[in-house]
Amino acid sequence: MTNSQLSNRRLQVTALAVLVGVVVLFVPIPLTLAAPQERHLRIEASRYQYTPSVISVNPGDKVTIDLTTTDVVHGLYVDDYGVSTTADPGQTSRLTFVADKAGTFALRCFAPCGPLHPFMVGKLNVGPNWLLWRAIGVAGIAAFAGFWMFRK
Amino acid sequence: MMRQETARQETRRYELTQVPWLKRLLVSRWPLFLARAITLAGFVLTIFAGLIGSPVGSHNFAIIFVWIAWWTFLKLIAIPFGGRAWCSVCPIPAMGEWIQQGALVGPDGRGLGLGRQWPRRLRNVWLPTGAFGAIGLFSAVTLTQPRVTGWVLLGFILLAVVLSLVFERRTFCRYVCPIGGFIGLYSRLAPVQVRVKDRAVCAAHKEKTCVTGSVLGYGCPWQAFPVVLTQNTNCGLCMECLRSCPHDNVAVSVRPFGADLSQRAGRSLDQAYFGFMMLGSVVIYSIVMLGVWGYLKAAAYNIGTLAWFAYSAVLLAFTLGMLPGLFLLAVGAGRTLAGSKVSLKKTFVAQSHAIIPLGLMAWVAFTISFAFAKFSYVWSVLSDPFGWGWNLFGTAQLPWTPYLSSITPLLQVLALLGGLVWTSIWVRRIAQEELPEKLATRQSLPVMLFCLVFTIGMLWLLVG
Repeated sequence: MTNSQLSNRRLQVTALAVLVGVVVLFVPIPLTLAAPQERHLRIEASRYQYTPSVISVNPGDKVTIDLTTTDVVHGLYVDDYGVSTTADPGQTSRLTFVADKAGTFALRCFAPCGPLHPFMVGKLNVGPNWLLWRAIGVAGIAAFAGFWMFRK
Repeated sequence: MMRQETARQETRRYELTQVPWLKRLLVSRWPLFLARAITLAGFVLTIFAGLIGSPVGSHNFAIIFVWIAWWTFLKLIAIPFGGRAWCSVCPIPAMGEWIQQGALVGPDGRGLGLGRQWPRRLRNVWLPTGAFGAIGLFSAVTLTQPRVTGWVLLGFILLAVVLSLVFERRTFCRYVCPIGGFIGLYSRLAPVQVRVKDRAVCAAHKEKTCVTGSVLGYGCPWQAFPVVLTQNTNCGLCMECLRSCPHDNVAVSVRPFGADLSQRAGRSLDQAYFGFMMLGSVVIYSIVMLGVWGYLKAAAYNIGTLAWFAYSAVLLAFTLGMLPGLFLLAVGAGRTLAGSKVSLKKTFVAQSHAIIPLGLMAWVAFTISFAFAKFSYVWSVLSDPFGWGWNLFGTAQLPWTPYLSSITPLLQVLALLGGLVWTSIWVRRIAQEELPEKLATRQSLPVMLFCLVFTIGMLWLLVG
């Protein structure tokens, strides 16, 4: 195979892999979603975790979180939603929002609660974590493309 | 194939030093000296802030600047694009080097120091590997306690001074510094290099001033011999060889990313293991620091407890045993499938260099997780570095605000997938150094499976 043919083949495989990768990563998947409902969740914060640490709701759900804390003041900030609340020991604080963005979002403590405060996180799943599954799919394509693209 | 590849890459370099003003800038000692003076001033402030400032990490310059700003800058920008550029302005060895050279700027001082050679058996990266592992064992405390960060940095600077007084040149940087080891490993991927232009000129040059030094410049502080330099690992981008070469035979060039991976020289077991230490560390840190499991964070933090010993044992077993062990199995399986006659050790070492991009991009993805989320603390500690209630620039009260949280997961996915593609290219290319195409494919498949599983694991940890 000449260098020119090799370059052409690499270009074709690259273009195909990028195209398939973009499709897998970004094309919307038509799904029958559950009807939105009201979700009432209780989260207990303590150094340095939330219990439960992962909460799952459906897109469109109206979510109410009651945050309590067992030791010191803790906060709860929902990434990308930009909503937050703070709980003092012995008291319950309430946070309500509509889960109108699908995906997985970090829950972060934003009230300094001790040395490991920066690493106190939880997760909110709104619908299936499609980004993860799509990324795993693309990983297979990526490995294949990289592997075959530059063979002699 | 590999020779063709190397030749092809040689033609894809652009010599920056052929631009007159750029060359003058690189040869001049003042820009690097000024940059170093600034980083040293920042370093001193960091140590003071750590030792006497607020014990609350998010209100202390030491924690925020070292572990959020600098560490992020290093992994997302300095190493991927500049290789060892940071080492050229690093403040840690500065004082030791100035004392050793007896001068701040030019090679005209009478230095101090015994100038001994570093022991031969330690001329590798096993010591930085151990040091990085040790940092990992205490990371939950070092990353969060300003005083510990202050003492660690002070310890680094004192160690660098002592080693500069006893041993020759930048022994600390090359053979001891764990961060230097980290930077050196991944600097191979950077699109910048310092190399000689024509080896014949060097061969005819009897004085070898790039090694011995002259009135124009010091001999290589990194104890490298520029004429045989084929990788960035041991080049600190200090530009001394550019200054000391009387034949204008040294070039600073930009080149394709990852160009060093095609170089067989410099592949060694210690470098391979350092790579696994990095690969394993990023997994463990992702689980402990970014995971939702509070008991793991507590185990990593409570030094001396049974839980901490368990955490330490798992970290060391995973990074130094399990991960390289699984990779060895993959390499062995590939070797069997291909019927390769190349020794298992040689194949293991060679293939382990193919996964350097996987490691770098995993660190990039890991860093993205917390860097953007915590970066807004930088503005407040700039105004109040000690956490004493100052408001120097009017930014002390700015609220914590996570940046780019809507695209952070996607950026992490792209980084990890990019690392996988990059590595898969080199897994195949390195296999083809010794084997024909079909056998190289068989050799590579189990290694690719290892890389794929690693990537999926990191995806699950970071965006799952």
